[in-house]
Amino acid sequence: MKDLYRGSLVRLCDESPEMLAKAFAKWNQDTEQHRLADDDPAQLWSEKKIKEQIEKRAENTSQSFRFSIRTLEDDKLIGGVGLWVASWTHSETWLGISIGDRDYWGRGYGTDAMRLIVQYGFIELNLRRISLGLHAYNERARKSYEKVGFKFEGRMRGEGLRDGIRFDSLWMGILREEWLAQQGMLP
Amino acid sequence: MKDIFKGELVRLSAFDHEELAKAYAAWTRDSELTRLFDGGASVLHSAKAGTDFFEKMIKEDPSANHFFSIRKLDDNRLLGDINLNVINDWGSRDSFVGLGIGDRNDWGKGYGTDAMKIILRFAFTELNLHRVTLTVFEYNPRAIRSYEKTGFRHEGRLRGALLRDGKRWDMLYMGILAEDWKDIYHG
Amino acid sequence: MLDIQTQLFEAQDIRFGPIDHETHPEIESKWTHDAEFMRLLELKPARPLSPAMVKKQYEAIEKEMDEEKNLFYFTIRAREDDRLIGKAMIEWVSWTNGNGFIRLGIGAPEDRRKGYGSQALTMLLRYAFGELNLYRVTAVVPAYNEGALRLFQKFGFMEEIRRRKALNRDGEFWDLVSFGLLNAEWREQQNGRG
Repeated sequence: MKDLYRGSLVRLCDESPEMLAKAFAKWNQDTEQHRLADDDPAQLWSEKKIKEQIEKRAENTSQSFRFSIRTLEDDKLIGGVGLWVASWTHSETWLGISIGDRDYWGRGYGTDAMRLIVQYGFIELNLRRISLGLHAYNERARKSYEKVGFKFEGRMRGEGLRDGIRFDSLWMGILREEWLAQQGMLP
Repeated sequence: MKDIFKGELVRLSAFDHEELAKAYAAWTRDSELTRLFDGGASVLHSAKAGTDFFEKMIKEDPSANHFFSIRKLDDNRLLGDINLNVINDWGSRDSFVGLGIGDRNDWGKGYGTDAMKIILRFAFTELNLHRVTLTVFEYNPRAIRSYEKTGFRHEGRLRGALLRDGKRWDMLYMGILAEDWKDIYHG
Repeated sequence: MLDIQTQLFEAQDIRFGPIDHETHPEIESKWTHDAEFMRLLELKPARPLSPAMVKKQYEAIEKEMDEEKNLFYFTIRAREDDRLIGKAMIEWVSWTNGNGFIRLGIGAPEDRRKGYGSQALTMLLRYAFGELNLYRVTAVVPAYNEGALRLFQKFGFMEEIRRRKALNRDGEFWDLVSFGLLNAEWREQQNGRG
């Protein structure tokens, strides 16, 4: 059986709330990172508050599957990724990923983590499809997701507003059979 | 000693939060009322939500909040409410007043003006406040005239503070000082 | 095109940072013992607070931020050593109307008059107008706070309201002045510069 958590550049792992909170508090200061990854306004929560929020979220584990991302090379914590099941009956899931540490942008680490989580979703959770959204101005993410096999499905016009400029959200999805075919695993 | 809570058309009486909540549940169905009274989005309140709101307010700061029902003198019918919130007890003895006549058939009959006169007398001769402030929306000319008649002076406006029906409206601030009041009513 | 690279929380000599529940209560407790600071920043009566009380306030602040989503609070740090030097916030945000109230203050007297207030206000306005997309912001200033009056005038705020004798301090009555700045006005200023 393959090691579901190990990729070629990164591995998926669990993290103590303290460690995570410390990392997020640092990454929150980088507003470029925030604007690439998040919808809500950039905020500077204290480590204490972030830890509370993480612990609160951890109470609901039946619908969400979250991991931290560490580099294989030097075990550095560089981001987080997760799947949220919006509906078990429809097997509809949302994927979210962010590489908090800008030193690891554009070097394949995010794409590697994406491959791992998508594999986890289809092999371990037996999902039928995975969806994700991104800001239209996040070119780097779009390319990464396409590499992993996500297909463009739609555009929500003017969904975001920042600095007085309206921008679109893009929506992408990957189906089980597409992914299996990619892996050469179709029955 | 005179009955300070009695006016010419109305009187102020103790507020029964259940009765008021029930009345508000009916009144707030009239969105013109809520738009005159409240800066937030018009919502429909259940009677229970109203009761909870009033109870919370009483519990939080009973001494600073003076809440009254407005009742018609001749038939004791509940017309609305008026409240005085002392915000600066210690120094300038400033307060905010707010009033509402619930049923549109009771508007324009002088009930609000009369209630306001009673509360000002209460503020300046019983609570010995030094000033009373109020805010009123630009699109409520009836209230503005009533307040001017009662002796409030214009103190400025927050430009465009309200957005309703796609148009921006100002929020006006008016104030009356104890010495203004004495000049008008006892001069 | 949207510029996402400009850092919202970094200025020349200062930055915005989160609350540090370990080290900040003691520093802020000292500020509250300085009646001058309290009178410049707060309309409530000046009251010295223990670090434990400050800590409680911080918890209440983050709770409100998390639950009500109408408060955005930042600590102001010195860029060189991340030292806490003040606070800045946008409060009472009304989303349906697009309004907010702003407040900021530099804690220690030796840190004032160094231009930190201007840098903090610049960041706060960029956040209010560019990140929260508010239509307008209001600042409420006691008439005796000349530093604040000058600061807001410098930034193009318009005096909108004067509540006569709304404050009473040191046996004197003072007006409470409200200043307002619209998003469109702020944007015009930025374009004029850029």
